[in-house]
Formats: sequence, C-alpha cells, structure tokens
Amino acid sequence: MPVNSMTEAKNYMHKSWWKVLSIILLFYTVIAGFLSDAAPKDVNFQKSLGETYRNLYFHVCMWFAMMILFTISVVNAIKYLRTFRDKYDIYSRKFAVIGIVFGVLGYATGMIWSSFTWADPNKQVVNAFSSFARDPKLIGAAIALLVYFAYLILRDSIQDMDKRARISSVYNIFAYAILFPAIWILPRILPSLHPGGSDGNPALDPKDSLGSGMRLIFYPAVIGWTLLGIWIATLKIRTSLIKEQKLSK
Amino acid sequence: MLKQILTLFKKDLLLEIRQQYSFYGILLYIGATIFVLFMAVEEPESKVWSGLFWVIQLFICINAVAKSFLQESRGRMLYFYSVASPVAFVLAKLMFNTLLMFVMSLLSLLLFTLFLGNPMQKTLPFIGLVVLGGWSISLVFSFLAAIAARAQQNAAIMAILGFPIIIPQLVLLMRLSNAAFAPLLTIPMSTVLLLIAIDFLIILLAVILFPFLWKD
Repeated sequence: MPVNSMTEAKNYMHKSWWKVLSIILLFYTVIAGFLSDAAPKDVNFQKSLGETYRNLYFHVCMWFAMMILFTISVVNAIKYLRTFRDKYDIYSRKFAVIGIVFGVLGYATGMIWSSFTWADPNKQVVNAFSSFARDPKLIGAAIALLVYFAYLILRDSIQDMDKRARISSVYNIFAYAILFPAIWILPRILPSLHPGGSDGNPALDPKDSLGSGMRLIFYPAVIGWTLLGIWIATLKIRTSLIKEQKLSK
Repeated sequence: MLKQILTLFKKDLLLEIRQQYSFYGILLYIGATIFVLFMAVEEPESKVWSGLFWVIQLFICINAVAKSFLQESRGRMLYFYSVASPVAFVLAKLMFNTLLMFVMSLLSLLLFTLFLGNPMQKTLPFIGLVVLGGWSISLVFSFLAAIAARAQQNAAIMAILGFPIIIPQLVLLMRLSNAAFAPLLTIPMSTVLLLIAIDFLIILLAVILFPFLWKD
C-alpha cells in the first residue's frame, strides 16, 4: 500500500502543471480584464455596454466552463455504462455538481450585467427580471441547471449503490442528448435581446463581435476558468474516493 | 423480433381491456380537469387556450404513462427478462403508450373545444399537431417512467425529471399551435420536421439506454 500511494503522490506532482497554468491565466484574466482598453471603438458598442463589457471575461466563461464540465460528466457516465467501474460514476456526479456551481455563477454575473444593460432604469432589477427572463439563452441555461438538479435528486434518492450508478448514468446521457439540441434550437426560433443567436450560435460568436484585443483576453479566460472547475472537481473526487476506501475497509 | 414486439404490445392492450378501471380512471381525470378549467376560466383567448391545453396534456400523459412500467411487478419483470429482448420490450411499451396518448389527446381536444370554445382557424392541421405533440410527450415520459420504476419512485419524480427535458418540445408545439390559431400565419414545416426528428432521437436513445436499466 505505501508504495502505491507514493507513486500516486509523485504522479500528482508531475501532473500539476495545469493547475499552475490555471492560476496564471486567471491572474492574467483579472488584471488584463480590468486594466486593458480592448473594447472595439464602435459607437453602438460603447453606448450599449460602456465599461461593463469587461464582464464578458467572467460571465461568458462561466457558461463555457459549465457546458464543458457537464460534457465531462456525460463522458464519464458513458464510461461507467461501458465498464461498470464505480469511480466513473463518482467522476460523473462531481463534475455535474461543479458544473451546476458554474451555472449559478453564470446566472449571477449575468444578472449584474443585465441590471446595467437590459433592465428598465426606472425599475428595480428584481421587478424588471420577468420582462427579459423569457430570453432563449436564459431558458436554455435554466433547462440545463434544472436537468442536473433533477439528476442529483434522482441519484441521491436511490439507496443501492450499483443501481444508483446505473440509473443516474442513464438519465444523465438521456437528458444531455436532448438538452444539447435544445440549446442550439431554441435560439433560432425565439426572439432575443441577448447578443448573437439569430445565426444559431447559442451566445455570441467571438470571431465577429469581439475585437482582437478582447479575444486575446477572452480565450485564455475560458481556459483558465474551465481548468479551475476541473481542479475543484478533482479535489472533490479525491475526497470522496478516500471516503469510499475507508468505508469499504 | 417484430413478432416479440407485437406480442408484448398485444399483451399490454389485452391487460388494458381486461382491467378497464385504469383506463376509465384516466378518462375521468381528463373530464374532471377540463371541467375545473371550465369553472375557473371562461372563453380564454387563443394563447391562454393553447397554454392550458398543452399543460393539461403534460399532466394527462404523466398519469396515463406512469403506470406502464410501475404496474409491472418484480416477478413479472424477471419473467419478461427471460423471454424477451429489452429492445422489443421497450419498443412495445413505446408503441402502446403512443396509442394510449393518441386516444387521450384527441379526447381532451374534443372536451376542450366543447367546454372552452374553439379558437382553431385550421382544424385539420391542429388535430395533426395534437397527435404529434401527444406522441412526443408520451415518448419522453415513457422512458422516464422506466427510470422512475427502476428507481422505485412514484410518479412525482417523473415530473421532476421530465419537465426540464420536455420544455424545448413544448415551446415548439406552442409556437406551432399559435400559427394554427392565426388565420394569416402558415405552419412552418421545418419546425414540424424538427419535432419528428427529436422524437426519433428519443426512440433511438430509449433503444440504446433501456438495456442498461433492465439488468439487475
């Protein structure tokens, strides 16, 4: 046993470069995001967003990270159904939980942003919310969050471990397979205030709506936030794997 | 394979005919719900009409479809496991639930027009839409009923699991029905095809995923 754990520890040291990268990228995101002046010199852009455009480096990245984490969760669910090894089920659940956290943060940052851009300035944001909550991107995000909340409830309602893993993996795959087209379909058919969308892209297309300076911060920010999410998930996975080992001893 | 599906389908149909109380139970559920709506709102405008109609379809479907898997006892499932393939089993269930929902949605459409007025400008296309919508909803909830039955949960968990998943299809259906209620709008065929494509996606997923639920 000690030999095994030592090699494992060595392994983790060897694999920690991406954690360092995540921290560096996030420092870069925050510093460059708040200090740089990369907004396109477009009058419409300046008038509608002003300085709030900097929220892009946080708000949009949350959704990217959420979708990537949910995708990792589904991939692990498929792996579980192919191999029936418990660890994939734990991976699947933990990635889903961290995905939900990022989704909630995405909503929070979006709410702050909307209070400057969409909301009626004469009303409180809380009262104006229902007027723009019907937006297809908000609906898509809400569906994604509801699906994964339901996944957690379903998974935790089953006592038998084997059955729990199997049934929740099946639901995870089923829901994701329907969720994914929904996110790409709804924006095409519903009217929207949110940038992008009429061409079918769920949010904005970085190629034409961002200036090159903004893209230089935006892409690293996406990678940084996603890596942070994966890092948190791996920590949670490791604690629950240790717990499992202790229980089985 | 086809024979297996037909035999299982016939068995479900026979059970339904022998135990008529559950069928009449759902009929009464439809009648009572629509009567309550009749008391609560009088002559709703077409948007409210279609909103109420599809929400009622959702609840009817949960009640009609939930028992399809929940009624099978452990012993009987074990028996099916030994004689039939899981794909045949799930396809037979999907077929039976489609038929059941087909009857129920047409019936509720009749009652809706009787009690709550008739906003339909294009009657035949809307009837087609109701059939298509009933089919979509019944497919999704049949599969979720299988999940709920395996998890040994009641029908309540079906609503939790199913409502988020069904939203995209409901949005499509409501937009199509608004087109059917307005005299000048044409019903966009691409949206109809999209709905049919989603239905086939669900059947495909059910065929792939059900064998994993079935093993115990």
